[in-house]
Amino acid sequence: MTFLIDLVAATLRNATPLVYGTVGETYAERAGVLNLGIEGTMYAGAFFGFAAAHASGSLTVGLLTAVAVGLAAGALMAFLSVTVGTNQHVAGIGITLLLVGVSEFSNRLVFGGAGTLPKIESYALLSPFGLRALSQYALTYVAFLAVAPLGWWVLARTSLGLNIRAVGENPEAADAAGIDVARTRYLALMIGGALMAIGGAFFTLAALGSFTLGIIAGRGWVCIALVIFGRWRIGRGVLGALLFAAVYALQLRLRILPGWDAVPFELLLALPYLVVIAALALSGRNVDYPGAYLKPYRRA
Amino acid sequence: MTRPRADPPAGTAHAIEARGIVKRYGDLLANDHVDLTVARGDIHALLGENGAGKTTLMRVLYGLAVADAGTVAVDGRRVEIRSPRDAIAAGIGMVTQHFSLVGPMSVAENVVLGHTDGFRVDHAAARRRVTEVSERFGVPADPAAIVADLSVGQRQRVEILKALSRDCRVLVLDEPTAVLVPQEVDALFATLDRLRSGGMSVVFISHKLREVMALTDRVTVLRGGRVAGTVATAATDEDALAEMMVGRAALRPARPAGGRAGAPVLIVRGLSAAGRHGLPALREVSFELRAGEIVAVAGVSGNGQTELGEVLSGMRRATAGSARAGDTELADTPPDVVMRAGVGRIPEDRDASVVGEFSVAYNLVLEQLNDFRRGTVLDERRIRARAQELIERFSIKAGPDDRVATLSGGNVQKVLLARVLARDPQVLVVAQPTRGLDVGATQYVRSQLVAQRDRGAGVLLISEDLDEILALADRILVLYEGRVAGEVDGAAADRQRLGLMMAGRAAA
Repeated sequence: MTFLIDLVAATLRNATPLVYGTVGETYAERAGVLNLGIEGTMYAGAFFGFAAAHASGSLTVGLLTAVAVGLAAGALMAFLSVTVGTNQHVAGIGITLLLVGVSEFSNRLVFGGAGTLPKIESYALLSPFGLRALSQYALTYVAFLAVAPLGWWVLARTSLGLNIRAVGENPEAADAAGIDVARTRYLALMIGGALMAIGGAFFTLAALGSFTLGIIAGRGWVCIALVIFGRWRIGRGVLGALLFAAVYALQLRLRILPGWDAVPFELLLALPYLVVIAALALSGRNVDYPGAYLKPYRRA
Repeated sequence: MTRPRADPPAGTAHAIEARGIVKRYGDLLANDHVDLTVARGDIHALLGENGAGKTTLMRVLYGLAVADAGTVAVDGRRVEIRSPRDAIAAGIGMVTQHFSLVGPMSVAENVVLGHTDGFRVDHAAARRRVTEVSERFGVPADPAAIVADLSVGQRQRVEILKALSRDCRVLVLDEPTAVLVPQEVDALFATLDRLRSGGMSVVFISHKLREVMALTDRVTVLRGGRVAGTVATAATDEDALAEMMVGRAALRPARPAGGRAGAPVLIVRGLSAAGRHGLPALREVSFELRAGEIVAVAGVSGNGQTELGEVLSGMRRATAGSARAGDTELADTPPDVVMRAGVGRIPEDRDASVVGEFSVAYNLVLEQLNDFRRGTVLDERRIRARAQELIERFSIKAGPDDRVATLSGGNVQKVLLARVLARDPQVLVVAQPTRGLDVGATQYVRSQLVAQRDRGAGVLLISEDLDEILALADRILVLYEGRVAGEVDGAAADRQRLGLMMAGRAAA
C-alpha cells in the first residue's frame, strides 16, 4: 500500500514539468510552429529561476524571472520562425543550444567559485487532508488544476484559441478573415515559452532546490513526443505525461526491490523512453498534423 | 456580431466603382488602369483568360493585395482597402478560388473566425447566427458540421454564408464553378439568383462563357491586364465575348467529325477497384476503345472516373477484371511495361506527373532515360536537342533549362503532352486534361487529342467538363456509382440527357 501511494505521489510530481512543457508545446504547435527550443527553454527557466531566487531570496522573484525568460525565448522563436521565416527545426535546435550554453556559462560565472552546490529554500509541500499521495508542491496543483484545464478552455472556447487553431491549420484563411497571423503566432509561442520555463523552474524552485548541469535531461524532447502522442489535444497530452511519469517512478522503485538487482539499471532507466516510443508507434500512425505545421506564412 | 451600418445613400451611386486600378508584380503589370463599375442588384461577370488580371483585381478589392494606384468607391463612398478587414467593413465579401476555410473546425466556428467579440467565444450564439443567416438568404448549412467532412459544394456555401453573416452588400466569387459538378453549379446559380432578387450585387469571375451568358446582367472582359470592354449580357453572345477575351475570332470550331473507328486497341472487361477508403469505387466496368476514336468517360466526380484513370495508369490496383492493350495487361503492371505496350497516359494530377524542380528538358525525357544515355551517363546533348525539338513542336512557352515549377498550368500540360505524344502511343488515357487551363491552352490540348485520334490512336478521355466531352467525344460512357450507366453517341448527345444519366436516372 505504501508502495502504491508513494508511486502515485511520485507520478504526479514527475509529471508536473511534463504537463507545463506539453501544454506549452501544444500552444506552439497548434499555431503551426514546432518549437524545438523547448529543451533549452526549460533549461534556462530552471537556471535563471534558480539564480534569481538565490540572489533575491524570493521564490516568487525566481518564478517570475523564469516566466520572463520563457516569454523571451518564445519571442525569439517567433522572431526566427515567423518574422524571418527560417526553418523551424534549425531555429528550435539553435535556441536550445543557445539557451543551454548561456545557462551553463552563467552558472559558471555566478556560482563557479562556490565550493559546495548552492542551494535555496525551495517551495514547501502542501498536504491537504493529510493524504500522502496529495502531498505535492503548489506548482503541481497549478499544473493539473489550472494550466491543463485553462489551457484546454482557452484553445477550445475563446477567440484567442480559435485564432491560434486557425493560424495553425490554415493561415491563408485566418488572414482572409482578418486575423493577424504573425501576432497570433507570437502570442502562442510566448505563452508556450512561459509555460515551458515554469516547467523547468519546477526542478530548481520546488523539487530539488538547486541547479545542476543537465538538469532537464531530455524532458523537453519527451514533451515533443507527448504532444504528438496526445494528437495536439491537451487532455491526451496530460495523460501521456502521467503515463511517462508513472513508468519513470516505477523503474526507480524497481531498482531497489529484491530480485530486480539482476536487471541492469540502465535498462530500467531506458524503460520510460521505450514506453514513449511504443506509445508513439501505436498511437502516432495516421495522425493529423496541424495543417500549417512547419510552414512559415507569407502573403502571396 | 452584427454591426450597425448606415444605409447606402439613395440615388444612383454604384455598388462598386473602381477607377484606374494599377497593380504591378515585379515586371508584370497585372492590372493596367482597370475600371470596374458594378450596379446595385446586378450579377456582374468579370471574364478573361488565366493571367488576364481578374484575380488580381479581386484581390485588390478585397484587400489581399494593395493597388499601386487607383481608387475604389463602395455605394458612392471612397474607401481605403488595405486588408480584408477594411473590405469587410466596407461591405465587400469574397469567396476565393481556394476556400479560406479551416477544415477541422465547425461551420459556425469558421463563420465567426476573426469576428469574435470579447475573449470567450459563444458557440451557441454562433450556431444561432449561422442558422438565422442561412434561413434568411436560403443558403442551407448545418452549423455544427465539421468543414472537412463537407463536399466542395457545401464548403462553398459556407464561404458564402461567411460573407453574408458579415452583412456584405457586394459578394465577389472567384471562379466559383471551377470546382463544382453540374448539379452543384445549378444550386449555386439558384442561390446567386435569390441573392440578386434581394438586392445583393455579385461579381462573378469566370472563364466559362456559357455560365456568364446564363447568369449575369453585365460583363466586363479583361485582357492582358486591361479592360477589353464592358457590355450588357443581353446585348452580346458567346462568340463576341470570346473574341473580346482572346482578341481573335472563332475559338470554337465545329465539332471535328471522327473518321471510321478501327480495331479495338483497349479492351476492358469486368474491371473493379477499391476507392480511397477501401470501398468499391469501380464495379465490373467493361468497354472497348477502338483505334481512331475518342471515347469520353463522363460522370459526377466521385463515381469512379478517378479510379478508372488510376487503374489504367497503373497507379491503383484492380480488385478484379482486366484491361488489355494488345497482349499487355494494364492493370497492376509496371509503368515501363505499359509504356512499351504503346500506352500513353496523362493523369489527372499534373503536378504529380512532373518533377517541379527538374528542368523542362529532363522532364521531357523522364519516361525514357534509358534512350538518352551513353553507358551509365546521361547524354546531355541529345536530351537538349530532344527538348528543343519538342518545345518547338508543342509550342511550349519555356526554355529547356527552365524549372517546370515556374511554368503555368498550360505549359506544364504541354510538357506532359509532348512527353507522351512524342512516342506516338496507340492508346492514350487522359484525365481532366484541361482542368484549370485558360482558353488558349485548352484549345491547344483539345486539338492535340483530336490530332491523335485522326492519326489512328484510341483516346480515352476522362473528364468532368461536359462541354469538353460534347466537343470531342465520338462515344460517351457515363459512370454512375462505379458502373457504366449507359453509352451515348457523341454526335447525338446533349447536356440534358447526359446530366440525367450522370445523376443516376435510367439511361435513355
